[in-house]
Amino acid sequence: MNKPSILVIDDEHQIRKLLTITLQSNNYSVLEASTGKEGINSVSTHPPDLILLDLGLPDENGHAILKHLREWFSNPIMIISVQTNEEDIVKALDNGANDYLIKPFRTGELLARIRSALRDARKEPNNPEVKFEDMSIDFANRVVKKDGAAVKLTATEYSLLSLLANNDGKVLTHRYLLHQVWGVARQNESQYLRVFIAQLRKKIESDPNRPCHIITESGIGYRFIGNPSTF
Amino acid sequence: MFSRPNLKRQFLISVGLVLTISLLGLAILGIVGYRGVAFMLLVTVSILAMFLDIVPVLVSAVLSALIWDFFFIPPRFTLTVGTAEDRLLLLMYFVIAMINAALTNKIRKIEKAVKEGDEKEKSVKFYNTLLNSLSHELRTPITTILGSTDNLQSRSEKLSEADKAELINEISVASIRLNQQVENLLNMSRLESGMFHIKKDWCDINELIYKTLQRLEPNLQRYRVAVEIPEQLPLFKLDFGLMEQVIYNLLINVTQHTPEDTLITIQADCVRDKLVLTIADNGTGFPEGELDKVFEKFYRLKGAPTGGTGLGLSIVKGFVEAHRGNVRIENLPVRGSKFTIEIPTEKTYVNKLKE
Repeated sequence: MNKPSILVIDDEHQIRKLLTITLQSNNYSVLEASTGKEGINSVSTHPPDLILLDLGLPDENGHAILKHLREWFSNPIMIISVQTNEEDIVKALDNGANDYLIKPFRTGELLARIRSALRDARKEPNNPEVKFEDMSIDFANRVVKKDGAAVKLTATEYSLLSLLANNDGKVLTHRYLLHQVWGVARQNESQYLRVFIAQLRKKIESDPNRPCHIITESGIGYRFIGNPSTF
Repeated sequence: MFSRPNLKRQFLISVGLVLTISLLGLAILGIVGYRGVAFMLLVTVSILAMFLDIVPVLVSAVLSALIWDFFFIPPRFTLTVGTAEDRLLLLMYFVIAMINAALTNKIRKIEKAVKEGDEKEKSVKFYNTLLNSLSHELRTPITTILGSTDNLQSRSEKLSEADKAELINEISVASIRLNQQVENLLNMSRLESGMFHIKKDWCDINELIYKTLQRLEPNLQRYRVAVEIPEQLPLFKLDFGLMEQVIYNLLINVTQHTPEDTLITIQADCVRDKLVLTIADNGTGFPEGELDKVFEKFYRLKGAPTGGTGLGLSIVKGFVEAHRGNVRIENLPVRGSKFTIEIPTEKTYVNKLKE
């Protein structure tokens, strides 16, 4: 199998070097771009399997490049940013970014996110059943099992869980979850999300206070992790 | 200190007040006599001198002298002054009004200069403390990183594998420490920039507290932690990210000032319309004399171990106050200390949201 290719768009030479060494030693082929323009040229000549995009580029706003890329490029785009501004991250996710990492990030975290995003992109659609370490979801029969035993979920709990599980490893924003599960009318009423996440955790997490499947991304949303031990 | 109105408005005020008092003087001339009116006008000029710039005050002094002469001193409605005594009085009035205006203005200028001097001295002292603390806290990890990499680069062949591993570990620890300090500084400058705004949304307090505890797991391994939250605690509107930082900083503080195996108790409750959050420990407590200073920027307890900038608790205070809440610390009667945070905010009960 060919090595997956990753394009790094970052103006900082040191960061590009670090990422290139890290990624190459983990069996990825790496392309580099130091400006948004270079990045877009590179994507149009050699479309990579994944893009790592710095939001703070000198020539063009990262959000604009993201929007531009998303007009034709559908492989995963991961944002790397020094900004901890939650609104900025939510905006990038709304504009089609698959994930985000805040500098400074740890290598382990970076590689796990990349693996997850690539797996997600190669995922077979129309899968009637997903199986994780300690739980499974049978979409055809609407049956959720935890440690082999069926879990009783309400209709809303089920649709929230199946939405999360279908986006294994990916962060979903509060607004997106509310919109998808409760509809437009309640897309700003986050109190519902809080309550149902707490209820779901009580039913599917071994320790609801130390969740390992439904992870809180402070101020941004939730991330579902199907197999916590390999993430 | 209120800000002074612009010059145009100052002239309006001074002329307006002199005219008003003159009219009042006319109305009660029969009761107080024209010399009484002189005192009323003099007081008016003195009061104006306390609040306005020198030029509008001088204008009011001249204007009031003219008015007094023209409307009040017999013969009235002429600028001539009848008796020698009244001529002397008018001259004295004019001189007193001028001196009054000039002196008050001078005193105010001196006061202002003294105050500015005080503030400057205070801020010089403040920045000295800041620079001392910062240069220590930032340069120590940087020195470690540079020293370790120098060793690894130039003396690689003389170092044992164990030494190399240790140097690499030092680099890692120093980087984490450096990152923590930078994080604190960034939070502080966010607070001070004025560009800072909070984004409130519904928060599950359980989620907030346990999320923070999960982040702090490595630091809390050797402590006992008890969380006490009532089953029916409502959701509160808070900025999740800021409150996470608040709890994080408080817990880090506890680990810095208490011995291992200390019991940390975290409680949350709803008292009337307030979220009340407490973090208590059964450690050694704070020195009584320093209790009121711990939230001050860059304040560090006497004899505190290195590794802090004295910013953690002032960020706590800033973030809590951004929620219009307050935070306090007290020593507990037997042993240990307790932080209490109160935040008045919207709440919603969970039961009615369920299907």
